[in-house]
Amino acid sequence: MFYRENGQFKTSYRTDSQIFPIAQDRWAVLLLIAAAFFVVPMLSSDYMFRAIFIPFLIMSLAALGVNILVGYCGQISLGSGAFMAVGAYAAFNFFVRVPGMPLLLALVLGGLCSSAFGILFGLPSLRVKGLYLAVATLAAQFFSDWMFLRIKWFTNDSPSGSVSVSGLQVLGMQIESPTSKYLFCLGILVVLALMSKNLVRSAIGREWMAIRDMDVAAAVIGIRPMYAKLSAFAVSSFIIGLAGALWGFVYLGAWEPAAFSVDLSFKLLFMVIIGGMGSIMGSFFGAAFIVVLPIALNQFLPLIGGLIGVQISTSGISHAELIIFGALIVWFLIVEPHGLAKLWSIGKQKLRLWPFPH
Amino acid sequence: MTIASFLETLMGGLMAGMLYSLVALGFVLIYKASGVFNFAQGAMVLFAALAMARFAEWIPGLTGINSPVLANLLAFAGAGVMMFLVAWIIERLVLRHLVNQEATTLLMATLGISYFLDGIGQTIFGSDIYKIDVGMPKDPIMMFENVFEGGILINKEDLYAALIAAVLVGLLTMFFQKTSTGRALRAVADDHQAAQSIGIPLNRIWVIVWCVAGVVALVAGMIWGSKLGVQFSLTTVALRALPVVILGGLTSVPGAIIGGLIIGVGEKLSEVFLGPYVGGGIEIWFAYVLALVFLLFRPQGLFGEKIIDRV
Repeated sequence: MFYRENGQFKTSYRTDSQIFPIAQDRWAVLLLIAAAFFVVPMLSSDYMFRAIFIPFLIMSLAALGVNILVGYCGQISLGSGAFMAVGAYAAFNFFVRVPGMPLLLALVLGGLCSSAFGILFGLPSLRVKGLYLAVATLAAQFFSDWMFLRIKWFTNDSPSGSVSVSGLQVLGMQIESPTSKYLFCLGILVVLALMSKNLVRSAIGREWMAIRDMDVAAAVIGIRPMYAKLSAFAVSSFIIGLAGALWGFVYLGAWEPAAFSVDLSFKLLFMVIIGGMGSIMGSFFGAAFIVVLPIALNQFLPLIGGLIGVQISTSGISHAELIIFGALIVWFLIVEPHGLAKLWSIGKQKLRLWPFPH
Repeated sequence: MTIASFLETLMGGLMAGMLYSLVALGFVLIYKASGVFNFAQGAMVLFAALAMARFAEWIPGLTGINSPVLANLLAFAGAGVMMFLVAWIIERLVLRHLVNQEATTLLMATLGISYFLDGIGQTIFGSDIYKIDVGMPKDPIMMFENVFEGGILINKEDLYAALIAAVLVGLLTMFFQKTSTGRALRAVADDHQAAQSIGIPLNRIWVIVWCVAGVVALVAGMIWGSKLGVQFSLTTVALRALPVVILGGLTSVPGAIIGGLIIGVGEKLSEVFLGPYVGGGIEIWFAYVLALVFLLFRPQGLFGEKIIDRV
């Protein structure tokens, strides 16, 4: 009844090709962004920011990057953690070694380094594909694990590769309190999400999707596979690298190479699959799911255990977490292989017909 | 560097490689028969090793069997039954519902399974470090003492492990080539639909193949477990074996073995010759890079089936 595009006529090319052609969508997104900027900071506590919102925002950004590569261009990558690590350590080096380096510029430069790294390890994708490529991208992961542990220059000669940053500020504003950190991440996320939303429906985005759907056919109709694949690697690892830099600078503050292990790569891939491949919206759903689930399990498992009279130890909780996590993933894949984004679009479709479904 | 020490490294590499191929074999078996890239192989190795270690610990207390050989045999059988159960449950609850899904979806499902197995294995069997003692000799032996000065030092344990692996590979080859079940497995690997249409029950075949992979995981877990102790880090053995699989080709059993040998030797030689220049610890990524270089020339791996793209 309320969600219907009847009567919304498009009278110019501009209105026809805008990001959200339906007025209700436009308003909903604007409201959501406004709520995220103004309402959330008023309502939530420092704990909520630190444990849920900041990791959620940064992981959404990373999932967005992975989704561009995996969901839009169809190149499975298990090396996302490496791209995050390169982004974080490169930004760290720019930030620490160059005097007076602005934070934003350091983050962007970190993203660019990650981009170069992504292109380098994207080169095999020109020859190998599918599962072979997935395993090949693990090379990037293990290489970066080793590089930041063993090559002292990258970590400013710290003994175990652990580094820390402090005194973050943007345009004279301190980024110390959880609220300011949250707003900073949110700002970057909104800008990059809108940019990627636009990017995937532009010519290059359509090229990526053509490559994903059938690369031979795409090459036959004149799409350059090399250009399309490497540009997807570049854009995706730029975003992932930026997210990695944020993860290190804003969320962790001090980190070591193990923070970007292969586990993180798997988690990012989970986010994309559970959220929905080839959907910007899905990245947010997936990130929310993966970030909130362990926290929820940690909170509720002891409660449930208490109800049935079983004392669950800490290691018991971490094992139960693994079990439930694994089972949920399998269950999700069986019930909804297209991810949460598919449920979302089904919901929208239903809403469009509601309350007269026939 | 003398010839003797070079040969020593080479032998060490070959034996490590044999163990890698054992894990890689599990990947290949499942991929061939069901098109599933089984990321849970590492979790299966850990699960099997945990089951075996704990059974061997429990059996003397429960049944009063004192002979360690018998206890180990019983533990092995018990762990085998556990792996059968795991295979059956996976087929029942997961694979059956994911028929005809894309390869990525199946890959993710096995990642989910691996989390699940890691969790449940440690819940049932505990998460400390356990040891498996199947009576593998630990002392090294000297060979070719009259050929080279100082001879070549070889770890007896590695030698036995390599022998066990070789026997297992031989048995599997026999199973695949000579028995009717093996023939059915190969038929399913070739073409699911054709196999189904001539009356081969797909579901049962999948259970069998996951079982076989489970047994391979058990043997791998036993050998690695008695070498390194049974602990969570055993799951990383699977990550070490991945380059072997892509190097040898996902669909080829001989590929897994030869790939394993190449990777094993490459790792050891690179660590000894290249490692000192770049700070050491390059084993893991060197294996991957080696596999990548091979892939650039043969995208389907050394022995994989040629990938033909049609529009």
